[in-house]
Amino acid sequence: MTLRVEGMNVQQGDFTLAADFSLPKGSITAVIGPSGAGKSTLLDCLAGFQTLNQGQVFFDDREITFSPPETRPLSILFQDHNLFPHMTAFQNVALGMKPNLRLSQQEREKVDDALAQVGLQALRDRKPAALSGGEQARVALARTILRERPLLLLDEPFKALDPALRQEMLKLVRATSQVSHTTVLIITHDPEDARRYTDLTLFINKGHVFPVEPSDLFFADPPRTVKDYLGYR
Amino acid sequence: MANRSFALIRGGAAGVIAASLLLPLLWVSHRADGLTALRPSDLQALWFTLWQAAVSAGLSCALAIPVARALARRRFWGRRGLILLLGAPFILPVIVAILGLTAVFGRTGLLNQAFGILHMPEVSIYGPQGVILAHVFFNMPLATRLILQGWNSIPAERFRTGASLGFSHGAIFRHIELPMLARVLPGLFVVIFLICTTSFAVALTLGGGPRATTLELALYQTFRFAFDLPQVAMLALCQLGLGLVACFLALYWRLPENFGPGLDRAQQHWGIDTIRLRLLDTVVICLVTAFLLTPLLMVFVQGVIALFDLPSSVWQAALRSLVIAFLSTALTLSFALIFAMTVAQTRTAWAYETLALTTLSVSPLVLGAGYYLMLVPVTNPIAWALPITIWVNMLLSLPFAVRALVPEVRILRKNYTRLSQSLGLNGTTWLRWVAWPRLRRPIGFAAGLSAALSAGDLGVIALFATPDQATLPLQIYQLMAAYRLEDAMGAAVLLMLMSLSLFWLFDRGGRHDTAG
Repeated sequence: MTLRVEGMNVQQGDFTLAADFSLPKGSITAVIGPSGAGKSTLLDCLAGFQTLNQGQVFFDDREITFSPPETRPLSILFQDHNLFPHMTAFQNVALGMKPNLRLSQQEREKVDDALAQVGLQALRDRKPAALSGGEQARVALARTILRERPLLLLDEPFKALDPALRQEMLKLVRATSQVSHTTVLIITHDPEDARRYTDLTLFINKGHVFPVEPSDLFFADPPRTVKDYLGYR
Repeated sequence: MANRSFALIRGGAAGVIAASLLLPLLWVSHRADGLTALRPSDLQALWFTLWQAAVSAGLSCALAIPVARALARRRFWGRRGLILLLGAPFILPVIVAILGLTAVFGRTGLLNQAFGILHMPEVSIYGPQGVILAHVFFNMPLATRLILQGWNSIPAERFRTGASLGFSHGAIFRHIELPMLARVLPGLFVVIFLICTTSFAVALTLGGGPRATTLELALYQTFRFAFDLPQVAMLALCQLGLGLVACFLALYWRLPENFGPGLDRAQQHWGIDTIRLRLLDTVVICLVTAFLLTPLLMVFVQGVIALFDLPSSVWQAALRSLVIAFLSTALTLSFALIFAMTVAQTRTAWAYETLALTTLSVSPLVLGAGYYLMLVPVTNPIAWALPITIWVNMLLSLPFAVRALVPEVRILRKNYTRLSQSLGLNGTTWLRWVAWPRLRRPIGFAAGLSAALSAGDLGVIALFATPDQATLPLQIYQLMAAYRLEDAMGAAVLLMLMSLSLFWLFDRGGRHDTAG
């Protein structure tokens, strides 16, 4: 097991999030649940933006509970604002290499390589405003590819895309995860996406994280609360 | 809304404002003798006006950056209080602040007492340095609030992305904060520059002499003591040209509008818990608090005793100021509502917004002198000193009131028009149930602002008031000039309480039982 969360407890006002789970290396896990259930809070805790009141987080048996965000072995993408509007696609990706943007020739090639992997090399000098929603998501994804961190947290970065584009992005995530054995957690609202593109499912309701289940089994016979959330009869 | 009658009202209002801005200017230029009439001392005044405004604006912006940054990234006890305090200089009467600054930086002030103990040479508050000091006192807090809004407008995800990519402080500044500053600072600089070119009361009290006379002060002196009307007209024309140039620059580098609320929210930044940065932010916050609070406390401490023993002329002046404040507030609100509705809905919106902004660049003294010159052939202008003051005060607070109203009126129009129409809400029902509940907050704020500004204004009234027409700020200035400092301090406490409670009462009234 590569990611292990033990006895996690987080307080935010009168909201409490409790979690206990572990995920195998290279797996893709869907995080689903109603709005306000604590999905983003869970990802914030893993990324180090939010401190735990109790519990521990391990990655590859190394404890990262109190590590600052930049030292954690992960990349995170948010719903919006993953790109800096005043920088080109190339620069936005290059930030993942060196935040001061002083790159050697070799490093520049690696950045171009990452852009090529998401099929955007031709648009490398465009700024985000001149890119479509799907292209912006690709640039953000290229940065995570470049960083080669073993854990990838996706806080609905593809939410605003239309269904076909979103599935294309999920395929891309799946493909890159298989190449580099990246462990992925992705928040989604679409059971179909979760069933088709993820291995495992983590259901959260009212701050309670349910046990991890294989996605196909989970969606074949979801528990009562999940049926209510999904609108199944 | 009956559209035709509103169009009529709207056109009429715009016409009245445009005429009251343009007529005095046209009249003044009609009386001017041409550019050759400028004396060397006038050129000197022009030069001083320019450089002191530039230095004041530059210093205000530069000093505001570390303060805004500390406020954006730290949570500490009294943070809300400090943000509130940063809003105070805007509604604080200029003359009160000047008395306070004198009590700290003046000859017998705290600073020179400390210097005396340390055997250091005395510093003087009179002259260019005093004018700049007062301008920084007034405008640095304004700059801080606007830059802080800029900081708060940066999406939290940017700082998180920076944190997870391991940005150094340099990288955070370069990639996240500098682009925001580059967007905010030019407009801010121009606005403060504009304010500093027309701040008459500061130059009147702390400036003077060949080294520290602004155009407005020169105009006042020429008018009041030499009564050389063509010369007055010439100076007014210079001031006008300067104001218009600055106004065009301000329109070009517009401050990003609708920066949204949320000054109370402290952002989460990462990697700032080093001893060096904590110390830096603590020192910055302590210094700015002391700089803003000490002068006000000094006025209060030195004046509160005299408050109970004030000459009756002070109380009469206070009553006069109160009446002026109420009347000009009523006028301001009427015009501001018409303009805000117009800006929000018609295609000529830019014209109205420009008009409101132009009033900001026109100096009250120029207007006052213009009205005087216009009235001379008809009647005795001195008898009209108070109505003119009310009218000029209205013109001065109009741009702020329009700015306060426009965002909410726009939302009202954009988000609720279709809903109201589909429910058949119109006429007075619409006013009662839709417009008033949505607008009472900005209306209260605009009213508070204009009442406080009007009560504390020391401008056009100084130009031609006789002693029995003095407003409270003018009375304080006269007490200061007569070296009756104790009475001046007492009257200043009265004026401070008056302005702040006017603002508080109106603003509070607007907020009363509104949720959200």
